[in-house]
Amino acid sequence: MTAALETIGLTKRFGAVAVTNDVSFQLQPGARHALIGPNGAGKTTFVNLLSGQLPASSGRVLLNGRDVSGISQAARARLGLARTFQINNLFPALTVLENVRLAVAEHRGLRTGRRALLEEAHDRLKALGLDTDALTVVRELPYGKQRLIEIAIALASEPSVLLLDEPAAGVPGGESGIILDVIARLPADMAVLMIEHDMDLVFRFATRITVLVRGTILVEGTPENIAADPRVREVYLGTRG
Amino acid sequence: MADPIATAMRQHRPRVLEALPWLAAIGGYHVFADQLPFGSQILITILFALSLDLVLGFAGIVTLGHAACYGAGAYAAGIYAVHISHEPLSGLLVGAAAGAAFGALSGLVVLRTKGLTQLMLTLAFATLLAEAANKASFITGGNDGLQGIEIDPILGLFRFDMFGRTGYVYCLIVLFCLWLMLRVLLASSWGQSLVGIRENVGRMRAIGAPVNARLLTAYTIGAAMAGVAGALLAQTTQFVGQSVLGFERSGEIVIMLVFGGIGRLYGAFIGVTLYMLAQDQLAKDDPIYWNFWIGLILVLTVLFARGGILGLIARLRGPKVWRS
Repeated sequence: MTAALETIGLTKRFGAVAVTNDVSFQLQPGARHALIGPNGAGKTTFVNLLSGQLPASSGRVLLNGRDVSGISQAARARLGLARTFQINNLFPALTVLENVRLAVAEHRGLRTGRRALLEEAHDRLKALGLDTDALTVVRELPYGKQRLIEIAIALASEPSVLLLDEPAAGVPGGESGIILDVIARLPADMAVLMIEHDMDLVFRFATRITVLVRGTILVEGTPENIAADPRVREVYLGTRG
Repeated sequence: MADPIATAMRQHRPRVLEALPWLAAIGGYHVFADQLPFGSQILITILFALSLDLVLGFAGIVTLGHAACYGAGAYAAGIYAVHISHEPLSGLLVGAAAGAAFGALSGLVVLRTKGLTQLMLTLAFATLLAEAANKASFITGGNDGLQGIEIDPILGLFRFDMFGRTGYVYCLIVLFCLWLMLRVLLASSWGQSLVGIRENVGRMRAIGAPVNARLLTAYTIGAAMAGVAGALLAQTTQFVGQSVLGFERSGEIVIMLVFGGIGRLYGAFIGVTLYMLAQDQLAKDDPIYWNFWIGLILVLTVLFARGGILGLIARLRGPKVWRS
């Protein structure tokens, strides 16, 4: 089976430092995959390389079997690769509805009628329980709701691969459940890669986990394997000091 | 609660207030019948400012060289009238093409950068063009300006008269057509995507928008509109001086637009009209120090009326959900 997203020997150097070092990784279609690792492991850099926001120093990225290494972030998005951002990256001066409509318009084509775009955007909001805030300007919304708009925008392009960069970051503990609910309802055929610090969230979400340490894959396996793996415990608990 | 889709659909609907500038322009034709050449200057400058609003206000491209597109249009239309044809409408197209060509070519370089670098590059390109026009005096007239422009009656029917009546109506109709085109463009998904790019270029890339191509298109359309404004100037005044390409012209148009309010489509109308009327009046009252008063008004605008006059009005009317 062709992987939804695959990297082969992906490397990113900033000067002499290899922040991503020869990473070969596969995300299967419909996967619920988590990427974890201590601070500074290069998780966000890895996502930026996947999405094309950063150019790789070497190695390849394949999207549904197609080599997308040389093409832009926007072109990868049009091919079905969507992402959310660790820190809200929205259109704060525009309304919630307009935020999502912009994404729907890029997906459906700019020639699509305005009403059709608005209706689709509104449906997207409704699915996430955001429709009552449709006309609110984004910057006036609480942070947790803004996190949901991150996801709504990413979903508007109906991606085959979704990269979630710490979707619950900055959300008060009590509200992270809403975000997990939304993630749990994502289409089953969508391949989802989540980067997360919150282990509770990771183990509730993922059926497969990859541990990234200092830019390289330390281990990959099922949540049970990872939880039992002494090397992972070592990295997180620092038994060796 | 109001239906959000219906509310959003109403966002770009024509409003009664939008008739105001056109009624004022028609009224001005009758009330100030002896000052129509000045009125034409205002209309031309509004078109120029409107083209800048697309580039700076909506697409967020920082430029201090917009006069290059205006001047390119003025010289192209002037040279076309002197050497090729006196026909005015084709002259406008020549002006638009010259502006667009300059915009597209310089845009390829300018749009690769942003912020201060972008500003300096637009300035550099404008300076290059101004110097080229200066050196090519065999065709531009150099320091003396381009003279000997003759323009045939519009459509073979309407002769340009010494009172500037035809010129005024001509400028008004061209301004109206291009304003209408711009309004439709900005209300379209394409126009709204420019706002998206201005607000958050990174996110637009992430949702698959071909940002560079879209900015280049906007920059080129803005340049073509500025070229038409320049062509109107050449045709109605029958003269093109080197100042059309000058840095002062680029700076002044930004000031007028900021004064009226950028990214609001109507800031150009209010800003240009008030600025030019004030300049005219102040220069009469105080021929030596009038610039001081203009400066003072601008300082007050920036300090107390961010968003220009329209921004001030919007704030006085209270917070609104929609922002154009």
